[in-house]
Amino acid sequence: STIRTLNKKKEDPHERVDNRTIYIGHQSSLVNEDFIPPKFCDNRIVSSKYTVWNFLPKNLFEQFRRIANFYFLIIFLVQVIVDTPTSPVTSGLPLFFVITVTAIKQGYEDWLRHKADREVNKYQVTVLENGQETPKESENIKVGDIVQVKENETFPCDLILLQSTRDDDTCFVTTASLDGESNHKTHYTVPDIERDLKSLNATIECEQPQPDLYKFNGRMHIYKTNQDPAVRSLGPENLLLKGATLKNTQKICGVAVYTGMETKMALNYQGKSQKRSAVEKSINAFLLVYLCILLSKALVCTTLKYVWQSKPGQDEPWYNKKTQKEKDTNLYLKMFTDFLSFMVLFNFIIPVSMYVTVEMQKFLGSFFITWDKDFFDPEIQEGALVNTSDLNEELGQVEYVFTDKTGTLTQNNMEFIECCIDGFQYKHRGASSELDGFCVTDGPVNKLQQKAGREKEELFLRALCLCHTVQVKESTEQDQREDNLDQVDGLRIDENVLQPPQKERGFIASSPDEIALVKGAMRYGFTFLGLESKTMKILNRNKDVEMYDLLHVLNFDPVRRRMSVIVRSGSGEMLLFCKGADSSIFPRVRQEEVERIRLHVERNATEGYRTLCVAYKRLSEEEYAQADAGLREARLALQDREEKLLAVYNQVETGMSLIGATAVEDRLQEEAAETMEALQRAGMKVWVLTGDKMETAKSTCYACGLFQRKTELLELTVRTLEDGERKREERLHELLGEYHKRAVQDAPPVKAGGTRVCFASNQDYGFIIDGASLSMVLNSSSESNMRSYKDLFLQICQNCTAVLCCRMAPLQKAQIVKMVKSSKGSPITLSIGDGANDVSMILEAHVGIGIKGKEGRQAVRNSDYAIPKLKHLKKLLLAHGHLYYHRIAHLVQYFFYKNLCFILPQFLYQFFCGYSQQPLYDAAYLTMYNICFTSMPILAYSLLEQRISIEDLIEDAALYSENAKNAMLRWGLFLYWTGLGAFHGLVFFFGVRFLFSNPALQDNGQVFGNWSYGTIVFTVLVFTVTLKLALDTRHWTWINHFVIWGSLAFYVFFSFFWGGIIWPFMKQQRLYFVFANMLSSVSAWLVIILLILLSLLPEILLVVLRNPRGPYTRKVQQRYTHVYTSHVTTHARTPTHTLCICFNDVSVCFSRDLVFAC
Amino acid sequence: MMPTSYEDGHISVSGAGGGSMPGKKPENTAFKQQRLPAWQPVLTAGTVLPAFFIIGLIFIPIGIGLYVTSMNIKEFQIDYTGVDMSSPCYNCSQNFSWNSSRPCACSLPFYLDQPYDSNVFMYYGLSNFYQNHRRYVKSRDDSQLNGNQESLKDPSKECEPYAWSSSKPIAPCGAIANSMFNDTLELFYNDPNGSKVQIPLTATGIAWWTDKHVKFRNPGGNENLPAAFQGTTKPVNWHWPVYELDSDPENNGFINEDFIVWMRTAALPTFRKLYRIIQRKNNMVPTLPRGNYTLEVVYNYPVRSFDGRKRVILSTISWMGGKNPFLGIAYITVGSVCFLLGVVLLIIHHKYGSRNNIAT
Repeated sequence: STIRTLNKKKEDPHERVDNRTIYIGHQSSLVNEDFIPPKFCDNRIVSSKYTVWNFLPKNLFEQFRRIANFYFLIIFLVQVIVDTPTSPVTSGLPLFFVITVTAIKQGYEDWLRHKADREVNKYQVTVLENGQETPKESENIKVGDIVQVKENETFPCDLILLQSTRDDDTCFVTTASLDGESNHKTHYTVPDIERDLKSLNATIECEQPQPDLYKFNGRMHIYKTNQDPAVRSLGPENLLLKGATLKNTQKICGVAVYTGMETKMALNYQGKSQKRSAVEKSINAFLLVYLCILLSKALVCTTLKYVWQSKPGQDEPWYNKKTQKEKDTNLYLKMFTDFLSFMVLFNFIIPVSMYVTVEMQKFLGSFFITWDKDFFDPEIQEGALVNTSDLNEELGQVEYVFTDKTGTLTQNNMEFIECCIDGFQYKHRGASSELDGFCVTDGPVNKLQQKAGREKEELFLRALCLCHTVQVKESTEQDQREDNLDQVDGLRIDENVLQPPQKERGFIASSPDEIALVKGAMRYGFTFLGLESKTMKILNRNKDVEMYDLLHVLNFDPVRRRMSVIVRSGSGEMLLFCKGADSSIFPRVRQEEVERIRLHVERNATEGYRTLCVAYKRLSEEEYAQADAGLREARLALQDREEKLLAVYNQVETGMSLIGATAVEDRLQEEAAETMEALQRAGMKVWVLTGDKMETAKSTCYACGLFQRKTELLELTVRTLEDGERKREERLHELLGEYHKRAVQDAPPVKAGGTRVCFASNQDYGFIIDGASLSMVLNSSSESNMRSYKDLFLQICQNCTAVLCCRMAPLQKAQIVKMVKSSKGSPITLSIGDGANDVSMILEAHVGIGIKGKEGRQAVRNSDYAIPKLKHLKKLLLAHGHLYYHRIAHLVQYFFYKNLCFILPQFLYQFFCGYSQQPLYDAAYLTMYNICFTSMPILAYSLLEQRISIEDLIEDAALYSENAKNAMLRWGLFLYWTGLGAFHGLVFFFGVRFLFSNPALQDNGQVFGNWSYGTIVFTVLVFTVTLKLALDTRHWTWINHFVIWGSLAFYVFFSFFWGGIIWPFMKQQRLYFVFANMLSSVSAWLVIILLILLSLLPEILLVVLRNPRGPYTRKVQQRYTHVYTSHVTTHARTPTHTLCICFNDVSVCFSRDLVFAC
Repeated sequence: MMPTSYEDGHISVSGAGGGSMPGKKPENTAFKQQRLPAWQPVLTAGTVLPAFFIIGLIFIPIGIGLYVTSMNIKEFQIDYTGVDMSSPCYNCSQNFSWNSSRPCACSLPFYLDQPYDSNVFMYYGLSNFYQNHRRYVKSRDDSQLNGNQESLKDPSKECEPYAWSSSKPIAPCGAIANSMFNDTLELFYNDPNGSKVQIPLTATGIAWWTDKHVKFRNPGGNENLPAAFQGTTKPVNWHWPVYELDSDPENNGFINEDFIVWMRTAALPTFRKLYRIIQRKNNMVPTLPRGNYTLEVVYNYPVRSFDGRKRVILSTISWMGGKNPFLGIAYITVGSVCFLLGVVLLIIHHKYGSRNNIAT
C-alpha cells in the first residue's frame, strides 16, 4: 500500500497529460528552445517500507493500529499514570516483547527488501550514449536511454524493443518472475528502424504507466532527414518488461519508456486484500464477551467498594490511613481511577499472548503444508506453496468448492483425437496408421469408407498448420538442454518417423490446444516447420516445403473465442483461416455447411472433447486491401484500440466456409473422480465453473462422478430457455419455478450437518446453468424479480449435489462465488483453479487455491495456497484443514478458559480484601503465567495434535463434516469452556479459602500470609490448566511430553529461584521463601492435589461419557458402518433397523422402531 | 523481492517456509510429515473406571486420617475484645486513647476441660482487620527492613503517610509496622491449691526461619541498636522505639519475632498470628493441665473503631498444622464421589457394553 501511495504521488505531475513523450537517446535536435523535458522518476526500485530514520515511529504506529496492541498500550499507560495494583511491568513486558519481536521480524524483512533493492538498483547495465557502450548502474537509467541487454539478463526497466540480433527482428523472453509463465514469448522490434541506432531520430508517444502487464499502447514517430516522419504503432509485443529475462537472443537494444517505480512490475506490487478466517471472527466475538466480563467485573468491584466503604470505620481505619493526596482527590475522580485499577487488575483475562500464540501457530503450522511430501509432484518438481498462513483453519471449514474445469479437473494436456472434414469423420489410429494417416471410422453419419475429397483434406490440414501462433523451438548449440526441459508448454516431438532424429524440435505456444492441433496435423502428413521473417513453412505430404507469407494474425481472445490468420500462398492466393468455438464460427459461415458438421461437434462435445471448428475464406485483392488498411489503422489508434480492432476483426471474419472440426481430448486429472467423491462425502458442495461448452463440461462432470447416472439434471441454459415461442424472460421464470418445486419443495428436508452416510431415498439433482442465463438471473430487468430469481436460484443450487456453470466469463465466476458467499449462513467457499481466468474467483472466495498447472502462474500468485495437482486437494482439506481447524479452535477456547480461571480467583479475592485491588498473585506470576508457564504446551498441542490420525481422516471423508459451520467455536461450546473456567476458578479460590480459615498450616505452628495464599492458588492453577490440556491431548509425541512436563518443572524451578533470593533493586520481597515454605506444609500439598483432582474430575467424567475416538473405536465404527451398509442393501426399501452413528454423542445406539435416519 | 503483505500491523506470512523451491523435495522426516511416533491414550470407561476406584480408595483413608487428626487437635479460643458490658476488658476497650501513659490491664479467667499434652501454641486472632488491604500490604519498605542504611534514612514512598514523622524518617516505616499488635498477653494457671502460676511463654521460633535470618536484618548488626537507629524515629503509634522491643539482642530491632510475624500480612480479614509457644517441660506432666487459668491482658490495641474482634487461641499442632476439619471432609467427600461415580459408571458401562454386543 505504501508503494501505491508513493506511485500516486509520483504520478501527480503527469496526471493532466494522458501520454508521455520520450525522446529516444535524448536527441536534442528535436527539442525546440521552449520545451522543458518532462521529468520522469529515476530507475530506482523502492520496495522497502522503512528507512533507518522512520522505522521506529512508522513501525510502532502500524503495530498500534491493531486493536489488541492498542488495548494493551492503553492498559499499560493506565498503569503508568494511575496508581494501580500491578506494576506497569506486568503488562508492559509482554507488550514490549510482542512489539519488539514483531518489529524485529519486520525490520529484518525490510532489510532483506533493502538488500534486494540495492542489488537491483546497483546492477550494472550497458547504455548506449551516442553510439558508445557506457556501463551504468541500473538506478541511473533515465527514460529515453537506449539500453543494451544480453542473453539471460533481465531487463532493468520497461523497454521498447528497437533492435535484436536475431534475423527476424524478434526476441524471446520469459516472464517467469512476473507472472510465472516460463514459456518463451516472442517480442518484435519496431518495424523499419535503421540499424544504426546512433542516427535514429525518433520520439515515442505512449500512455502513462499502468499496471496491466498485457496492455500497452504507443506510437513511434521516426524522423528521417528530408522525409515526412514515419509513424509506427507500438503494442505489448514491442514492450519488454522489467523483470523479464531475455532468452534465445544474443543481444537486444531497447529504449527505456517506464523506469523505476513506474515500471509495470513495480506497479504490480500490491498487497492482496487481507482475508480473515471464520475463527478470527469467533475470536473477536469471544473477545467482546470477555471484554464485557472484564468491564462488569470492574464495575461490580467499584460499586461494592464504595458500598463497603460507606460503613463507618471501613474506609480509613486507624491502622491504614490514606495519604494527604488521596484524601484530597475528588470522589468521582477516585471512583474512576478505582474503576481503571480494577480493569488493570483483571486485564489478564484478555491475554496479549493469545495473539502471539495464534500467529505463531499459524506461521509454524503452515510449514506442515509445504513440508508434506504427498504434495510433491515429481513432474514439476514442486510441492505445495503457502501464500498466506492466516487461513489454515479455513481449510477445515469449506462448504462450497468452486472448481475450474480446464487444467483443474482436467489435465490441460491436449491430445488430438479426431477430426471431421466436410462431414466425414477421421480418427487417428496411433502409429499403425496407413501411410496417409487417415482412416475413416463409423460416426453418426456412417458413410463407410467414404472420405472427403483430397483437396478438402489438404485444405483442412493446411488450415491447422497455418492458423495458430505456435513457434518452433530449435535446439541449436546455444540452446541448452535445460532450456528444453524448462518448457512446460513445449511438447517435444519424439516421433522419429516424422522428424530427422538428429534435430530435436519443440513447439511453444500459449495454449496447449494449438500444439495438439499442429501435432495432429503433423500426424497426417503436414508438418509446420516454423515461421521465419513472416513466412510460414509447411512440409506437406509429398515432402515438399510450402511457403506462406503471414500477413496478419487476428489474435485469439476469450470474447471472440476464435482466431484467424491471413496468409498469402506461394501462388499468390490470399487466404483467411479461422478457427474457434462452434458458437462463434457457425454464425459466420454458410448455413448449409453447418448441419453436416454440427452433429460431429455435438457428439464430440458430449464425449468430453474440446472441439474447434475450422473455416476459411479466399480474399480478393480488394478485400484484402480493405482489411489490411482497417487493421493497420486500428493498430495505430492510441485510444480504444481494442474496440476498433474488434470491429475490424468482426468485419473480416465473415462469409467464411466451414471446412471441418477438430476434437482434442483433455484428460481428467489423476484421481479427479476420487477427489470429487471425497469432497462430496465430506459434505462439500462442488460447483464446476468453466468457460467451456456445456456438453464438454457436462461430460467432464459425468467423468469425474459429480453427476451420476441417476442424477436428475435441471438445465437452465440458452437452449432450454429458447424452447417454444415465448420470451426468454417468461421462460426463465417458469423454469426457475419448476425446478424450485422439484428440488426444494418436494425434496424431503435435508438434515443440516451430521454425517452424510446415506441418501437412500433422496433423488440427486444436478443443476446446469450457462453464462447467458446466469446474467439473466442476476441482472433481471425488474428489481423485485431479480431478488426472487436470485433466491430461487440459490435455493435450487443448494439442494443439488452438484452444480455446473458453463460458458462463464471470469467475472461471472467471481459473481457466483460472491453470491454463495453472501447467502444465508454465509458458508465458507473455496475456489480452485489454474488459469488467469480463475484469478477473480480465487480472490473472491474465502480460500483460494491455485494449481501449478500449465496456464501460467497467475492463479498461483493470487492464491492463498497452491498445490501441484487437484488430487492434493483431498489431503489438504480432509487432513490438513481438519487438523488445523481442530487445533486452532481448541487453542482459542483453551486460551479463554485458562485466563478466566486465572483471573476469577483474583476477582473473588476482592471480596475478602475490602475491594482494594489487592492482587492475589505476585507480579512475577501475573506476568509469567501466559508467557512461560502455560504457553508452550498449548502451542505444541496446536501444532502437533492429531485427534484422528491423518490416514483415518483421508479414508473417512465424512469426518470432515464434524467441524462444519465452525462447530468447535459455537456459543454452546464457548459457554462450556467458560463454565469450566469459572468452575475451576471457584474451586481454586474457595478450596484455598477454606484451608486458610486456619492459616496455621505448618507443623511448627507458624502461619501463612496472603502471598502464600496466592502461591497455593497459582500452583493449583498452573497444574490444573496444564493437566487439563494433557487430558485433551490425544497424540502424545515426545515434544508434547517434553513441553507439558517441562512447563510444570519450569514453574517449580522458577518459583524456587524467584523466592530463593533477596532481589536487589526490588521494592518488596513478597515471595521470599514463600514457595519453599508452602512445600514444607503437608496441608498445602494435600490441598493442591485435592483441588487439581477435583477440577479435573468433570473432565475425566466427560471423556468417559463421550464416545471415545481411538483406533479401537474407529474399527468398531467401521464395523457398524459395514453392518449398516449391508442393511441398506438387504432392506433398502423396508427399513426395519436403524443405526444412529452419533459421532459427537454418548452412544452408538440401535433401535428397531425408527426409520433410517442419518 | 516481493514485499510481504503487512496490513493493519498484522503479521501475515507470505510464502511460509520460503515457498517450495523447484526441485527441492520435502524431507521425509517423521516430524515434517507429522508422523512422529505418538502415544495415543484412549480414555475409555475401561481405563478410567479403575482410576476412579483407586482415587476413591486412596482419598477416603487419607480423608479419614486428616479428619481424625484434626479432631484430635485441641483448640481453645477466648475473645477478649470487651464488647459486652460483662466482659472484664470492657472498660479498657471503652476508655482507649493512644496518648494514655498508663496502660489498661484486664484479666480473663477461663477453664480448660482437657489437658494439653504436647507443645501448645498461643495465637492472637483479629477479625475484620484488613491486613490484606492493598494500601496496607504495600505500605512497607523491605529494603529498610533488610538493614539497608539508605532506606533507613530515606524510607520508600510506599510507606506514606507513615514514612516521616516530625521530619525524621520512621523506622520501621509503613502502615503495617505502625499498626503492630502490641497487647501483652500473659497466662496464669490457677493451681487448685490456690496459687497462681505464670506459664512460661517462649517468644522465639514463631517466625519463619528465613525471615528472621535473611529477610529481616538490623542496620549495622545486632549490637548497639540505639546508635544504629540514630536519626530515625519510632512509628507514630508505638510506645517504644524499635530497638526497645526486646532485651535480647538476637530478638530486638527488626529481627524481633513478634514484629516479623506481624509483618507477614494475613490473607483474610479474619486471621490468627502465632504469639508464643508453651514448650512441653517433661513427658509426665501435660503442658497445660486441666483446670482454671487466667489470661492477663495489657490492653493497648484498639479494634472497636472498625468493629474488630480480638481473641486468644491456645492450640496444639499436628503434622497437618492447626485444627481444620476442611481438608479431611473434602478428601472424604471427593473420595466417596469418585467411588460412587465408579460404581455408577460400572453399571452404565455394563449395560452399554451389553447393548453393543446385542447390536453387533
